[in-house]
Amino acid sequence: MARIAGVDIPDNKRGEISLTYIFGIGRSSAKSILERANVDLDKKVRDWTEDESGAIRAIITNEFKTEGVLKSEIQLNIKRLMDIGSYRGLRHRKGLPVRGQKTKNNARTRKGKRKTVANKKKATK
Amino acid sequence: MARSLKKGPYIDFRLEKKVDKMNEGGKKSVIKTWSRRSMISPDFVGHTFAVHNGNKFIPVFITENMVGHKMGEFAPTRNFRGHTAKKDKGKR
Repeated sequence: MARIAGVDIPDNKRGEISLTYIFGIGRSSAKSILERANVDLDKKVRDWTEDESGAIRAIITNEFKTEGVLKSEIQLNIKRLMDIGSYRGLRHRKGLPVRGQKTKNNARTRKGKRKTVANKKKATK
Repeated sequence: MARSLKKGPYIDFRLEKKVDKMNEGGKKSVIKTWSRRSMISPDFVGHTFAVHNGNKFIPVFITENMVGHKMGEFAPTRNFRGHTAKKDKGKR
């Protein structure tokens, strides 16, 4: 198992896919990393030589924000929005959709599980 | 969609003029504005604007972090106080 950028240990997959297990690296950046490190895209991670994985590691640590660093940056950006009291910050605070989606129904990703409000009594005749 | 970079930021001409005037004179007073669509430029830092929200003016003190946002982002137009508590309407 290869160990790149801290804790991540992807393996027995093609390098291009394997690298995307790192938070902050998707398909396109994985591709560009491998191209720059002169590693075949289809080569499995376990077939990488020491030199190859060294080159990949160097590129990632020098040029990419990954894992914890990236996550904390995202949190800081959100915190900034909340601190300046902008509309987007308010939406973050309330846990509602930030980008103008409707909230009449759906929006469950942001709002979380449905909380039922005391239901109306049915008129029985 | 984001605004084209080619055009540069949009700032209401009159608003910009007012701020420039204040910066020259070194004065500071609240500027009333209806121009919610104006971007906050670095010149605005430290001033207080009264941004219209369709009903009244919301005082907004501009800090460094706010540069690049629009005026309207800081003056919410909707006021949601929560849902009304449903009264028990007596069952029949």
